Amino acid sequence: MTGPQWMDEEAGPVVRPFALTGGRTRSSGEKLDLIAMVTATGASPAVGAGLGPEQRRILEITRHGASVADIASEVDLPLGVVRVLLGDLLDLGLVAVRAPGKVAPLPSERILKEVINGLRAL
Amino acid sequence: MAFAPSEEPVALKILVAGGFGVGKTTLVGAISEIRPLRTEEVLSDRGVGVDDTDGVEGKTTTTVAMDFGRITIREGLVVYLFGTPGQERFWFMWDELSYGALGAVVLADTRRLTDCFPSIDYFEQRGTPFIVAVNCFDGADRHEPDDVRIALDLDPDVPVLLCDVRRRASAKVVLVTLVEHALKMLTAAQR
Repeated sequence: MTGPQWMDEEAGPVVRPFALTGGRTRSSGEKLDLIAMVTATGASPAVGAGLGPEQRRILEITRHGASVADIASEVDLPLGVVRVLLGDLLDLGLVAVRAPGKVAPLPSERILKEVINGLRAL
Repeated sequence: MAFAPSEEPVALKILVAGGFGVGKTTLVGAISEIRPLRTEEVLSDRGVGVDDTDGVEGKTTTTVAMDFGRITIREGLVVYLFGTPGQERFWFMWDELSYGALGAVVLADTRRLTDCFPSIDYFEQRGTPFIVAVNCFDGADRHEPDDVRIALDLDPDVPVLLCDVRRRASAKVVLVTLVEHALKMLTAAQR
């Protein structure tokens, strides 16, 4: 190892990621897809729910809906950590999750044509 | 056609696969605002020194971060791009990444064509629509798409195209080709 260099940007946050989740690496529910859409329900957290700043931040980000990948990128935490935090919020009824592909596994022809035209117009 | 304002937002997932150093990050960055997305997986000791950079001059490090980009087609319709970690030790992530994916771009480098075999095998087996985009590196011999098709033993209906992933226009053509291919497969399946 090369001495104190380990604390550079590449090392990430000084707090170990899973310290934020109380050491848990799995969320309570189903695994959340990267592009599952998460929306804050607007319910106020119960007194004593013990939300951390990261979870409050997630509630802010998801006020108008955001994908799991968007959230992880925005709060700059590893995906696994974000999934655990989201699982807690889900259990508390503070967010709702809409999984992609559950309703319609493949997008419709109309949507794909729209994407093709949209990409061409970029 | 007017859409009801309550229409559910749609998110689509496109994967960018291929060997180490083939230009996945560059492709995602050329067409979308690239954003960092970290996974908790740490580079294992096993991986250190394993990355073979022969013939891939100019890239000496690898990251555990995934490339992640988003393209907003319109409000309520977003395309997400995910660069899949190319090395075999990240394969456990592939199932998750490819679940519900619209399709995949397999980037190929003609100097190391075999690097994209695992990706091609994977998407063939899963029935995920994919195309092969040959990234034309400076200093590498150019090959015709048909030569690449034969070398990779691809089905005749898999599109193969040459591209320069540094150019936005080229990256656009790659994505359009993939979505058109996915659409073709979708309509064929519906018949």
